[in-house]
Amino acid sequence: MRFADEFRDPDKARVLVDEIARLSAPLAAARGRPLQVMEVCGGHTHTIFRYGLKAMLSEESIEFVHGPGCPVCVLPMGRVDDCVALASDPKIIFTTFGDAMRVPGSRGSLLQAKANGADVRMVYSPLDALQIARSNPQREVVFFALGFETTMPSTALTVLQARCEAIKNFSLFCNHITIIPTIKAILDSPDLRIDGFLGPGHVSMVIGNRPYDFIAAHYRRPIVVAGFEPLDLLQSLWMVIKQITEGRCEVENQYTRIVPEEGNARALAALSEVFELREFFEWRGLGSIDHSGVRMRKEFAAFDAERKFSMPNLKIADPKSCQCGEVLKGVIKPHQCKVFGTACTPEKPLGALMVSSEGACAAYYQYGRIDVKDRRHAADSPA
Amino acid sequence: MKVLSDTALTAMQTGNPNALVATVTMAHGGGGRAMRGLIEKVILPAFYNPLLATLEDQARLSLADLTAMGDQLAFTTDTYVVTPIEFPGGDIGKLAVCGTVNDLAVCGARPLFLSCGMVLEEGLQIDQLTKIAGSMGQAAREAGVAIVTGDTKVVERGAADRVFINTAGIGVVPAGVNIAATQAQPGDAVIVNGNLGDHGIAILLARNELALTAEVFSDCQPLYNLIAAMRSACPEIHCLRDATRGGVATVLNEFAVSSNVGIRLRESALPLNNAVRGACELLGLDPLYLANEGKLVAIVPGVLADAVVAAMRAHPAGRDSVIIGEVCRQPAGTVILATAIGGDRVVDMLVGEQLPRIC
Repeated sequence: MRFADEFRDPDKARVLVDEIARLSAPLAAARGRPLQVMEVCGGHTHTIFRYGLKAMLSEESIEFVHGPGCPVCVLPMGRVDDCVALASDPKIIFTTFGDAMRVPGSRGSLLQAKANGADVRMVYSPLDALQIARSNPQREVVFFALGFETTMPSTALTVLQARCEAIKNFSLFCNHITIIPTIKAILDSPDLRIDGFLGPGHVSMVIGNRPYDFIAAHYRRPIVVAGFEPLDLLQSLWMVIKQITEGRCEVENQYTRIVPEEGNARALAALSEVFELREFFEWRGLGSIDHSGVRMRKEFAAFDAERKFSMPNLKIADPKSCQCGEVLKGVIKPHQCKVFGTACTPEKPLGALMVSSEGACAAYYQYGRIDVKDRRHAADSPA
Repeated sequence: MKVLSDTALTAMQTGNPNALVATVTMAHGGGGRAMRGLIEKVILPAFYNPLLATLEDQARLSLADLTAMGDQLAFTTDTYVVTPIEFPGGDIGKLAVCGTVNDLAVCGARPLFLSCGMVLEEGLQIDQLTKIAGSMGQAAREAGVAIVTGDTKVVERGAADRVFINTAGIGVVPAGVNIAATQAQPGDAVIVNGNLGDHGIAILLARNELALTAEVFSDCQPLYNLIAAMRSACPEIHCLRDATRGGVATVLNEFAVSSNVGIRLRESALPLNNAVRGACELLGLDPLYLANEGKLVAIVPGVLADAVVAAMRAHPAGRDSVIIGEVCRQPAGTVILATAIGGDRVVDMLVGEQLPRIC
């Protein structure tokens, strides 16, 4: 299939894997530990596991640290409770992306709310939600807006369209978040060990490459904005390691076929027209991070579900046994968490990272257990 | 509102399909004249066979005829609920016959008799019911089975989604056949009879909720004759299942666990229709978990694998048959996919439904 197979060519992959091994082995040896590279975006985590890239690289030389870039995973329980409360209001049709439906709040998920009679509908685009509002003028339609700058422009444009058509029964429950303050929070963490970053390709398509300059300039870490096909990821990893080898710390763009240097000006204009930064936003597993979320500007109050409807708006603490924060910072690996695969499974996720297929723990659980198993076999058998 | 004439109203109340009645009413479930009319005019002509035609409360089957065919009776049941009830490549009626017939056939049984229980929602168009019954009858004839007993209930509007169908089936397993999920052995080959996920994607597209258009047809088809051809090429098929809900991945996980073996699949060998692959790429779905309604997964001794594939390809339901992987010793109880790019990953049981990803 065109536009897919060329990015999954095993011969090209082999060349990159060999080159990564050649460059990373001495760096890891000098450090006495594998190089830690964080893929910020959940889409990258998914690619690494889905295509089995981890198994192609030497564990002694490279360790992926799975970053906070999975919007579904980092949604705090209290916000899910707000969703469930909204959805349970009989006058509301609650619309959401599919994979947000399984995220557990303290009183269950949207999937459970739907089973209990709430009118929860899965949509593929906020414009689908707007269409539902047009066809149901007697009901209130709320769209559960979440995601980073990747999904923000489509939400912003939908609100602008709703205003243009003077649609009165449509609003957003805005949970959009922004990645830069969170990367900064991770870089400021005292137990940080990360040697380099794979930057989020689709966020960068909107914001461009310049917002990452501080990572290279101030924190002296290389970052390569990466695409989502397996060859994209391998090439980006090679570029990060090459920077480390050559003693460079730069922002480089591997995903040039999609990411323009300055981002997308029209998308950015729509964002700043509709949204403004919140003082802080709560992240599951990471706690409250300053300026890491956006809300709708006052001019769009009529389309803001937070202003239009009353919600419990409670802060629910993460379960004590949950070690998502340490996994996110690369301090431990998913399977080293005390509750991984026992109290916390994809069927009954306790922590954020077990929720979506883009979450590191869910990916380990779903695709990655082979390593753990093999090691167990090796340990069990007397060689 | 359109005012109905007295004749039309009477016709609707009596439920006589020969009059102006267009839809199923509660009267059709009342056990009286309306129900009898529905059965005689709609159901009987579609299903016709001498055992059903007696309209007794049960079908009576000759034990002597059954024992002449084998030494075990296979018995199964399944209930069919699908939205939309008609889709490219079939409808709920064809599905209700093929699904149950295939559940019998995959243990090596020859499917013989089906029952049919229907729950109809008040307001279902009689024309649509006639069409569904017609496709059940046709599928039954193609599969060589007879629908010999049945039941119809009508529920109020909103209590069902137009029509739910339950079919139970019996078949006879010939002496000496032992196909079971516990039989996979290292060295065996894993075979499928063609493209994966056509049914799942056909249904998804037929719901019209995605702004996607593509020509994808459900693979809904009876598999007994194909399996008979496979058995003549390889009398000792180890494992066999039809890969319906949960797809090929779920079936293989069940085999791996029950037989305590590892199963290694090759991504590059998986047969996929380009439109299905494209839809999966766009929506973030994995074709290994998509539903099929006419696809089987077989595990056969490695030495006979090529002969089995050749026999399957000679049959219309197996033209695209292919070996997709092998059974190995380790890691026991686990299915591994060798990805096209050269990595390995676990193919686990699915948790809940596959939900499209945000971005």
